[in-house]
Amino acid sequence: MEAYEGESIAIALYAIGIDVFSWSPKLGRPRGPLCMIGKCSSCFMIVDGVPNTKTCRFPVREGLRVERQRGRSTPPPEPIIDEVESLEIKTDVLIIGGGPAGLEAASILSKSGLSVVIVDEHFKLGGQLLKQTHKFFGSVDLFGGMRGFQIAEAYVKNLLSQPNIRVLTETVVYGVFRGGVVSAVSPGKHYLIKPRAVIAATGAQERLLEFPNNDLPGVMGAGGAQTIMNEYGVKPGERALVVGSGNVGLIIAYQLLQAGVRVEAIVEILIEIGGWFVHAAKIRRYGVPILTGHTIKYVVGDSRVEKAVVVAVDDKFNPIPGSEREYNVDLVLLAIGLEPDTRLHAQVGALMKYIPELGGLVPLRTRELETTVRNLYVAGDSSGIEEATTAILEGRIAAYSIVSKYSDGEKAIAAEMELDKALKFLWDEYRSSPLLSRARRGKELATVSKEEMEELRRKYPPPVEFG
Amino acid sequence: MSDTDYRRRGYIEIEELKKLGLIPPKDRLEKGPVAILECPEQIPCNICVPFCPTKAIQMERIIDIPRVDWNKCTGCGVCVAVCPGLAAFVVDLSKPEADYVTLPYEFLPAPVKGDSVVLLNRRSERIGVGEVIRVWERNKTYVVTVKVPKGFGMEVRGIWVERR
Repeated sequence: MEAYEGESIAIALYAIGIDVFSWSPKLGRPRGPLCMIGKCSSCFMIVDGVPNTKTCRFPVREGLRVERQRGRSTPPPEPIIDEVESLEIKTDVLIIGGGPAGLEAASILSKSGLSVVIVDEHFKLGGQLLKQTHKFFGSVDLFGGMRGFQIAEAYVKNLLSQPNIRVLTETVVYGVFRGGVVSAVSPGKHYLIKPRAVIAATGAQERLLEFPNNDLPGVMGAGGAQTIMNEYGVKPGERALVVGSGNVGLIIAYQLLQAGVRVEAIVEILIEIGGWFVHAAKIRRYGVPILTGHTIKYVVGDSRVEKAVVVAVDDKFNPIPGSEREYNVDLVLLAIGLEPDTRLHAQVGALMKYIPELGGLVPLRTRELETTVRNLYVAGDSSGIEEATTAILEGRIAAYSIVSKYSDGEKAIAAEMELDKALKFLWDEYRSSPLLSRARRGKELATVSKEEMEELRRKYPPPVEFG
Repeated sequence: MSDTDYRRRGYIEIEELKKLGLIPPKDRLEKGPVAILECPEQIPCNICVPFCPTKAIQMERIIDIPRVDWNKCTGCGVCVAVCPGLAAFVVDLSKPEADYVTLPYEFLPAPVKGDSVVLLNRRSERIGVGEVIRVWERNKTYVVTVKVPKGFGMEVRGIWVERR
């Protein structure tokens, strides 16, 4: 088959109508696109004999052999790569995750003269900025008014001109060892990285919702559909139902309209719309109904969604019998929230806390975003779900905190001033909006003073530290 | 009616906009083109402020609701082009024969001068047909001025270009 250069395997297949990538091990149920950003197992296929290959993260190239996977599949008996190159890297700062937080941090750190290694699982940098085609809010100096993918382009262009930055794409960090050595792997290469500080800006994954047949291809995360449609320009379906009316649900509905997909409705279980009014107004103008007090009951289909049934709920969220409505749709997009991807922070031994306002488990941190693991910083959605502008600000805060530690004299003073400025803007101005009060409360709950942090480190000494 | 009923409906009524002080006074509306920012919530965003060529939009803190000094506003439409919420419009109710509405449009096909387009109100009801008078583009947002029947200037907030 033919594919465009720069496409992932999963996208190239979806574009020609192949929406089943594998069948589940026990019941043989079809598996199609779900998250499309490397966080789930829905796109696993056998690639050049290797099962469980994440095809959403694997770039197409000539001569690849791709097979659909039936259940579990055994790895090939022979080694698939003759020789793995082992590399040891010493760096000032390792940044894990090349989204808005990681890119902002990389840009500041490298400009200040520190050496930086930035690692990302994807074959390009940008994180979820790559699929944001709407214009960003905020202020001009925080890229407000630019479209998300343009922000990613601007960052990458800027980074390429820095001499002291090393970019490792298609690279997965899989462990941290005593002595603060971080191990990572990419096709044919194995890295042992010894950083003086780490910023783990690992992003988030989409939440799922339980309802009958929710695993049918065509039921996917709203972000998954954005990747298909906005990052790669492939129409994800013909008729869609969106579940959840937060900003993600409202924005995806608008983008579906732009792509020529009919949006039958957005269902929202609460009595009012979750996202910002202006996003709702954009789609109401173009005829998308927002059914508040409704949820999805089940979907029907053979090897793909063919129909979705929604139902009204009472004030205790119980379905009201007889209120069902049917929609003939081939897409059901879940936009019910995100969950921080903090597996790495937890594995390293950072003290974690469950904070519902932030979407789940997050590491405790100081205002400067350092966790209980000394010199391990968290930034962006992995520090608790907000949005790209706050991710940029958090990346900035973590970076200036590191610069102020690892430089002296005027440079350190300047970094401290920038740190203070970013903290003040984030906490006293940006997050003072009532629209962000829930996330703000969450971030307050996750933040401890320097004294409390030292107390926590004494009480729960982490197994490793960097420095 | 509570103060934020628009958050249940997804569209805002003119009365609600008036209450929030977002609609210019009648004599200003009748004088010529003027910006209306249908931005009722405290979004942390001030993009319209630095871009306004006449410095007519004011905001003290980034989370404030934008306020237009309608005496300074010339109705140039730059705010229509830059507002990330697509919430800025320019209306001209000063002409006897028709009203004129300038609005953002981000669908294909792109509107072209002379096109007749379907007129939509805030809740997507098709309320008539209008004529495209002027189109310009900025970072993939088309800024479209449409001539609409007299009396529709405060109602029309969307257009639909039928496939050619």
